[in-house]
Amino acid sequence: MSAATQLSNTAVLDTQQTRAHQAVVLRLADSCLILAHRLSQWCGHGPMLEEDIALTNVSLDLLGQARLLLSHAGRIEGRFDDGKEGRGRSEDELAYFRNEGEFLNWTMTELPNGTGPHEDYGLTIARNAMVAALMIPLWEALASSTDPELAAIAAKSVKEARAHWRHAGEWLVRLGDGTELSHARAQAALDRLWPYANEWWQTDRLEQQAADAGIAPVLASLRPQWNERMHALLQEATLKEPRATGFISTGKLGEHSEHLGFLLAEMQSLARSHPGAQW
Amino acid sequence: MNSSQTPETPETATPPMPLWEVFVRSKQGLDHKHCGSLHAADAQMALRMARDVYTRRQEGVSIWVVPSSAITASRPEDQGIDFDPMADKVYRHPTFYELPDEVRHM
Repeated sequence: MSAATQLSNTAVLDTQQTRAHQAVVLRLADSCLILAHRLSQWCGHGPMLEEDIALTNVSLDLLGQARLLLSHAGRIEGRFDDGKEGRGRSEDELAYFRNEGEFLNWTMTELPNGTGPHEDYGLTIARNAMVAALMIPLWEALASSTDPELAAIAAKSVKEARAHWRHAGEWLVRLGDGTELSHARAQAALDRLWPYANEWWQTDRLEQQAADAGIAPVLASLRPQWNERMHALLQEATLKEPRATGFISTGKLGEHSEHLGFLLAEMQSLARSHPGAQW
Repeated sequence: MNSSQTPETPETATPPMPLWEVFVRSKQGLDHKHCGSLHAADAQMALRMARDVYTRRQEGVSIWVVPSSAITASRPEDQGIDFDPMADKVYRHPTFYELPDEVRHM
């Protein structure tokens, strides 16, 4: 029995649950896609040739994950009405022809690579570390999802996430435990990004429903593992854990910062100018 | 190839990172082969960079990095002395042996 058939026999019957299923897959897909795009903006601008290639590899890993997840989200969408496959949107339609409010990525992933007009490698690296510290336990949990396709994507992706963690973690230690300037900038980057992690720990109805069906864990359940990872890393990097705040971003609900619109304008313009173009 | 010869521009005020030679084993049982060089602050960073620069298309199963400064090379102007005398010593090739099929990579 194919993975798809198995799904259409079981989890699919309840439309409500299907919507929750699609929402958690899309949140993950969009977060991977938007972060991939942000990192792609460094391509050709990296601090050194070798690192330029390394970061572009991270970006391409995330884009690959996003493609698998978006295609999957499209197939789940196809089951909304009558439980049959095949009438949901394609990965390209989802990536290029949705508007800002339909994107469900975590706000942290859409923030610019620096503050103001300046790119900041410290911020880029700190964000990658924070995201990878979540993705590792998340992919590990998803590897035993009741959704076999999601489980397969997770099994492949967890290795990439571990490489991302190693890349960002080692750089954060070098920056934090480096010069006075690199330390100050790494600390400022952390202080800026830290409040955006709060979004992960807010559980809404969709996330809870998907968790009840064994599709994906609520992110809040991964918080202890995330804390432990980040705590150990920050200690090694001689960086201070920023103070907790009450700020909660809402990207995963489709309410975004002022930055996503500009990002989408850049990312989607080609596909919208030449719909259906192939190369 | 050696960046210390590159004239310094205002943007590259920090000293260039040392150069490393990268050797990649393409599969188990084969030798590590030299595939290029890169800049990195230390051995660990060189290894990570080598992974991203030289094995991202599945070229390898193992990587060595060696500081370029640790390599002593023969001088190009000595080529005549070093290598030309070997040109007419065919008797040094064991061409009269028959290799069993089981012996590979020779």
